[in-house]
Amino acid sequence: MNDPGEIVACPECDLLQHVPELSPGTKARCLRCGNTLASQASEPIDVPLALTLGAAVVFILANTQPLMGLSAVGRQASTTIPGGAYEMWQQGEMLTAAVVAFCAVVAPGAYILFMLTTLLAVRWPPAPHWVGELLRWAESMQPWSMLEVMILGILVALIKIAELATVEPGIGMYAVGGLVVLFTAIMITFDPREVWKRVEWTDDGAEVVR
Amino acid sequence: MTATALTAARAGLVSCETCALLSRPVEAAEPGHCRRCGGKLEWRRHHSIQYTWALVVAAAICYIPANVLPVLNTTTLGSTDSDTIMGGVALLYNTGSWPLALVVLIASVMVPLGKLIALSYLLVSVQRGSIRNNHDRTRLYRLVEFIGRWSMLDVFVDTFTVALIQLQPLMSVEPGAGVLFFAAVVVLTMIAAESFDPRLIWDSGAIRRFDD
Repeated sequence: MNDPGEIVACPECDLLQHVPELSPGTKARCLRCGNTLASQASEPIDVPLALTLGAAVVFILANTQPLMGLSAVGRQASTTIPGGAYEMWQQGEMLTAAVVAFCAVVAPGAYILFMLTTLLAVRWPPAPHWVGELLRWAESMQPWSMLEVMILGILVALIKIAELATVEPGIGMYAVGGLVVLFTAIMITFDPREVWKRVEWTDDGAEVVR
Repeated sequence: MTATALTAARAGLVSCETCALLSRPVEAAEPGHCRRCGGKLEWRRHHSIQYTWALVVAAAICYIPANVLPVLNTTTLGSTDSDTIMGGVALLYNTGSWPLALVVLIASVMVPLGKLIALSYLLVSVQRGSIRNNHDRTRLYRLVEFIGRWSMLDVFVDTFTVALIQLQPLMSVEPGAGVLFFAAVVVLTMIAAESFDPRLIWDSGAIRRFDD
């Protein structure tokens, strides 16, 4: 392969095109539909790894610390994220509770876990081919991780309840806010192509085009 | 440009949906698996149009009870009030927070309906082999993919309202049957958007066989 860069098909419109070697901080877009084909970060593995480690710590805080507390007529109440899903379950809405738990706890947690393992494994190439499988799982978790939707939902709930009682945001609330920022930063700095370059091929079946 | 554009499929190549590696399958009928990442190779997403239609129809059916049935039942000193999604919007509006009422109205009522209409339009236009407005249709698809998750807003609002307001016997809030249907609409439309293959927009009527 003397030619720097590679031939790719746009995942959104299938147009074949040559993507040149990119310098750090640049992006390549599809000629036809404008989809981003590739972007080059300066530290595509180490920076997302550091961010993911941070996210793991904040994730634990977000799920164990109270999101908000309420006091009304001398009564106190507070809830955490798993506590919210659990209350739904207790009230007989098991399926809804499962959807909430999945989008608010399981999907973000699994994303962090799979990304952490993937990023650690590719630091010492060649990475075994199961790393690719983990990355695939991480990417399939991504659309279902809805922390930013949840934080807006909590804010709306807070404002609704503020009519009836005194509510105070707790540590968990700030942790979720931090997690939203960290997740965005991971997605911006991470480049899956960098992982695929370092992963061992599983090698069966079709002929590959260079 | 569309008529002459060289796509991977036209060149006999399959792009891996996971790792983007291009492969030339030995058997066109059964492309097999990607050599690099082991992912299943497909010319176009499997039965994309049928699956997407099925999910859109299911979501449209759930959309009705989601809006008609109450999402929250509030018990205050023995008397019970039921709120539908629109009721919740009206409540927010009446208490003076109209920006929030607007956010909830857009996320809970307009976005799910808009998604159903947008996906139906994309499906019909692809089935009719349309070659017009490809750019706009691609942009519409991206918008549907991006915005879909925000409809889950009301489910989270209801969950945390229920979790906090358990001050028996003074006041308690219970979830209504509408929440489940509402969550179902969001999940079904998200899966529908994922099963729709945007490359079909760019395939002219002639290469529709990929969807079989």
